Amino acid sequence: MAEKLTQKQNFLKGIIKDNPVFVMLLGMCPTLGVTSSAFNGLGMGIATLFVLLMSNIVVSLIKSQIPSKVRIPAFIIIIASFVTIVEMVLEAYIPFLFEQLGIFIPLIVVNCLILGRAEAFASKNNLMSSIIDALGMGIGFTIALTALGAIREILGSGSIFDWRFVSEDANTMLLFILPPGAFIALAYLSVVFNKISKTN
Amino acid sequence: MEYILILIAAVFVNNIVLSQFLGICPFLGVSNKVSTSIGMSGAVLFVMTIATTVTYLLHEYILVPTGLNYLRTITFILVIAALVQMVEIILKKVSPPLYQALGVFLPLITTNCAVLGVAILALGLENSTLVKAVFFAISNSIGFALALIVFASIREQLELADIPERMKGVPINLLVAGLLSLAFLGFTGLV
Repeated sequence: MAEKLTQKQNFLKGIIKDNPVFVMLLGMCPTLGVTSSAFNGLGMGIATLFVLLMSNIVVSLIKSQIPSKVRIPAFIIIIASFVTIVEMVLEAYIPFLFEQLGIFIPLIVVNCLILGRAEAFASKNNLMSSIIDALGMGIGFTIALTALGAIREILGSGSIFDWRFVSEDANTMLLFILPPGAFIALAYLSVVFNKISKTN
Repeated sequence: MEYILILIAAVFVNNIVLSQFLGICPFLGVSNKVSTSIGMSGAVLFVMTIATTVTYLLHEYILVPTGLNYLRTITFILVIAALVQMVEIILKKVSPPLYQALGVFLPLITTNCAVLGVAILALGLENSTLVKAVFFAISNSIGFALALIVFASIREQLELADIPERMKGVPINLLVAGLLSLAFLGFTGLV
């Protein structure tokens, strides 16, 4: 970070200016893969937020202990440990979500957003800024996933957060909960996001 | 016969990029030229096959017998990261031309979720054996190569197209990927 940001700007940048999904295009695999419903998007967003927050905290605390040559493997181990915790907690307490997210839970490890923040932010900044950065980025990611999930669920299955607002026999645009729908919905969503963020 | 089914399923029906959403980052990142996408595909084929072989053996003979199954994610990612480094060093020494072709893509592969994803998915195959897991990895990397090269060819044509201002860049690429994925949806039910 060249310029000094206030804590508020630091928090907000993750949500709008540097939104991980729409602007930085990080973590695209879970973004596209799990957003067939708003609930799944929210669940994935919160799981990622937790891992991001914890790894940013740990990296920021021990950054001076890690030799710079092995910092990337060290970050990966830290991240992988928290992902394992998330995996076990979800399996034990929310088995339904665990089934739905499937392979994408262990794949949080390779979400470039988390490693990216550890490397670009937490390893250079103090604890407080790193926590705020993680919260901003994590919430930005969660909002993006939930929005995409909600749009796909509304169009694809005529419901939102599993609450169905069209009759049982109504035809919905099934395409949107199938894989192509993820790409198409995200394409239009990022056009809208670009429009909003450019006019501000 | 079983192997043919695995191949068709991995390349067309459950294409790793277009229907399982693994490896989207290199798919969007290095697909602006056909030549780079061929290089990337080669590197993925190489690493994915070796990584799956190693992780499968590790899982079968160390993690499962010792009951350390919950360490799967940590072990696999470390093995893959170390392996990528090793492949890079060996390749540099043994086959400089191959290193020239694949070199720049190798470091990127550590964070390619397709490699970790396939290593984990290979464990869940029906009556899986080492040979089957390796074949699964090869089939998936062929699927990755197909999606990437087709996408890159379309993107090369796209440069000449007249695209609305707001659609330029990411949105149009995602839209093209969506249409490509729609085309692949046509293979559903083939296996």
